[in-house]
Amino acid sequence: MDYVNLFVKSIFIENMVFAYFFGMCSYLAVSKTVKTAVGLGAAVIFVLAITVPINFLLDEYVLQPGALKWLGAEYAEIDLSFLSFIMFIAVIASMVQLVEMIVEKFAPALYGALGIFLPLIAVNCAILGGSLFMQQKDFGGVSESLVYGLGSGIGWFLAIVAIAAIREKIAYSNVPAPLKGLGITFIITGLMALGFMSFMGIKL
Amino acid sequence: MADNKKTKETQEKPVVLFVAEEKEPLFSKKNRKLLSDPLNDDNPITVQVLGICSALAITVQLKPALVMSISVMAVMAASNVIISLLRNLIPNRIRIIVQLVVVASMVILVDQVLRAYAYDVSKELSIFVGLIITNCIVMGRLEAFALGNGPWKSFLDGIGNAAGYGFILILVAFFRELLGSGTLFGFQVIPDAAYEAGYTNNGLMLLSPMALIVVGLIIWIQRSRNRKLIEKN
Repeated sequence: MDYVNLFVKSIFIENMVFAYFFGMCSYLAVSKTVKTAVGLGAAVIFVLAITVPINFLLDEYVLQPGALKWLGAEYAEIDLSFLSFIMFIAVIASMVQLVEMIVEKFAPALYGALGIFLPLIAVNCAILGGSLFMQQKDFGGVSESLVYGLGSGIGWFLAIVAIAAIREKIAYSNVPAPLKGLGITFIITGLMALGFMSFMGIKL
Repeated sequence: MADNKKTKETQEKPVVLFVAEEKEPLFSKKNRKLLSDPLNDDNPITVQVLGICSALAITVQLKPALVMSISVMAVMAASNVIISLLRNLIPNRIRIIVQLVVVASMVILVDQVLRAYAYDVSKELSIFVGLIITNCIVMGRLEAFALGNGPWKSFLDGIGNAAGYGFILILVAFFRELLGSGTLFGFQVIPDAAYEAGYTNNGLMLLSPMALIVVGLIIWIQRSRNRKLIEKN
């Protein structure tokens, strides 16, 4: 039950986009059509579900104060937590490179459509944000961090697909010229975030 | 003989470069443009759409917004200069990882300094200091500018873009703090008399969705004043 709770919470209540604004740059830039949005969203789910558990293990066994105890008693005092940014980002960058190679090989059309945004997943704040939140939340085990990573990825996916669908329709509406494009997208996202706030307080 | 000629050529080349560089003063018109453009016409947030995440999450109050802008400025200026110095040495395929490592080390420095000298604010900013690493502004300017320009220009570009970013951040934080809690930098500015007359703070301003809407409105105002920024579709 705990897992289901965490899963639902990370998708809806602590939604990456609407509650924390993570990954807004690619969220705004790649959401012009549903098709590319689905592709990027899927890539984000995949990368988050891999990197959060890996970074959890890294944090648990290398970075935390006293985490190096398994090497021997004399290492128990070492605190490497100041290195966590650089370690996390290294894991993320190499995972993204891997995903890039896989997508290039098996889905060249998607690779062409995603263009520069695939390598930029590495600098998508949602990914690093997921790892940093995981570090703050003190999860009990790898499976919890996996559920959290998967849930936040799906939350991000839902958000980008929803805004892409709205933007496809809004192309036909009569928006004031200075508000066209970016401005109206910001305001719609704000309204969607207000809507998502109604999920607050749900507990399974 | 041929060898002699060659060395002469290679000797001449840097001389020409040097003269060309010397002609340009430190703050030439072009360099000043690098500083001033990002403040309006080429603003990183409202025009280039970079670095939105942190812009929204930490703008409930002015103080964290100000600290964040200064931190971003330090990281951007330093990493732009470093990448620009290294730009001819970095192999193209692994440039993103190199950039990330440089930026991450700068951010670690900033984080440690904040923890040492401004602990409260650093607690308030929590993970958003770490997220400067993935702030698209930093990476975006490294990719778009520092990889193709000299260190001094890159330095100015870093300062300029961070200033443009900070400007929007502080603008959003100003409205959110003023309307949301009636204070500026933690000091009450709306007089007690107004509250007694029935004025209440707008609690909606403190919620995250309002940050998006405030930025949307800023974009609206900016674009209706500056028509050439309007998007065609």
